[in-house]
Amino acid sequence: MTAAYLVGVVAVMFAVTYLPRTLPLVLFRREIRSRWLRSFLHYVPYAVLTALTLPATIGATRDWRSAAVGLAVAVLLAWRRRPLLVVALVAAASVWVAEAVLVVA
Amino acid sequence: MNSRASGPRGDDVDSPVSGAADDARTGIGDGVGIALGYFTISIAFGLSCVRGGLTPLVATIISFTNLSSSGQFAGVTVALQVGSLAEIALTVLLINARYVLMSFSLSQRLAPGIGTRARLVMGYGVTDEIYALAMNRRVVTAPYYLGLMSLPVLGWTAGTTVGTLLGEVLPASLQSASGVLLYAMFVAIVVPPARGSARVAAVVLVAAVVSVVLAVLPLHLAAGWRLIVATCVAAGLGASLLPVPGAAEEEARP
Repeated sequence: MTAAYLVGVVAVMFAVTYLPRTLPLVLFRREIRSRWLRSFLHYVPYAVLTALTLPATIGATRDWRSAAVGLAVAVLLAWRRRPLLVVALVAAASVWVAEAVLVVA
Repeated sequence: MNSRASGPRGDDVDSPVSGAADDARTGIGDGVGIALGYFTISIAFGLSCVRGGLTPLVATIISFTNLSSSGQFAGVTVALQVGSLAEIALTVLLINARYVLMSFSLSQRLAPGIGTRARLVMGYGVTDEIYALAMNRRVVTAPYYLGLMSLPVLGWTAGTTVGTLLGEVLPASLQSASGVLLYAMFVAIVVPPARGSARVAAVVLVAAVVSVVLAVLPLHLAAGWRLIVATCVAAGLGASLLPVPGAAEEEARP
């Protein structure tokens, strides 16, 4: 990653985060009426995060099996509504344990 | 989509109009819970940024300028794969599109006489949690809102810095394991609402299937574009077949 690329990333991410939040506040006084659009916008974050997670997680560690363990642990903890930091750290810890077991095996 | 650290609260809704300083103090107090939640989440974000090769400074700047969990997590994920700026822009824009809704509805609650300059600053603070708390007020004044967003901004930015510094001293044996941090965070954000709503669960399932199928097929689509296609298909199907029932009623709320 070059410095120019990083500057571009920071600038682009700021623009596409700041503008959707601020422009309606500054320019408009009406709400969106389309039920389809409201529903679409409601679903988008869940769809994006799911598509980001699968299948990329499987390649996120040294071994796909340890990644699968981490993913399973994360789903289980999230299902039990554990706090975000707990889910993330315990999932990472389970990957570490799984890799230690795989080396021994 | 950020922390669950602080839910909407019902206090102060009917309190008499008070001075600007009182409003600011109330706002700052209301933001403490959000700030603490943000701090812990952004530690994990900082950790995964360093693991992916970003410097603490860049990670901290991204947190300070974005102040959004899902959007900046997604943007960084695509950036670490050196995706094109167009892919990053579309991905982050898709996730952040919901802020348009919040900003619209917040604009209806603002106290009269708030100028453009104040609105330009207030817009920066529109997150799921800050918006939820602000909407508990009958009228949102600028001092209250700016007070409300101040500590969360600090918590989110400082947590990222702390996370990156922790990541730099992380032993090599933990580097591989930290690769799942970001994805585990996505899981932690998506699974609870999917458990509570069959509609969300259906959209999640479609997104997962489409994303995996697009990756397996020999299409040579860059990761960012696969993400955008999977998102539009899943959210589009959801909106067409399972429209959100609250979408109409919400508008009728005072």
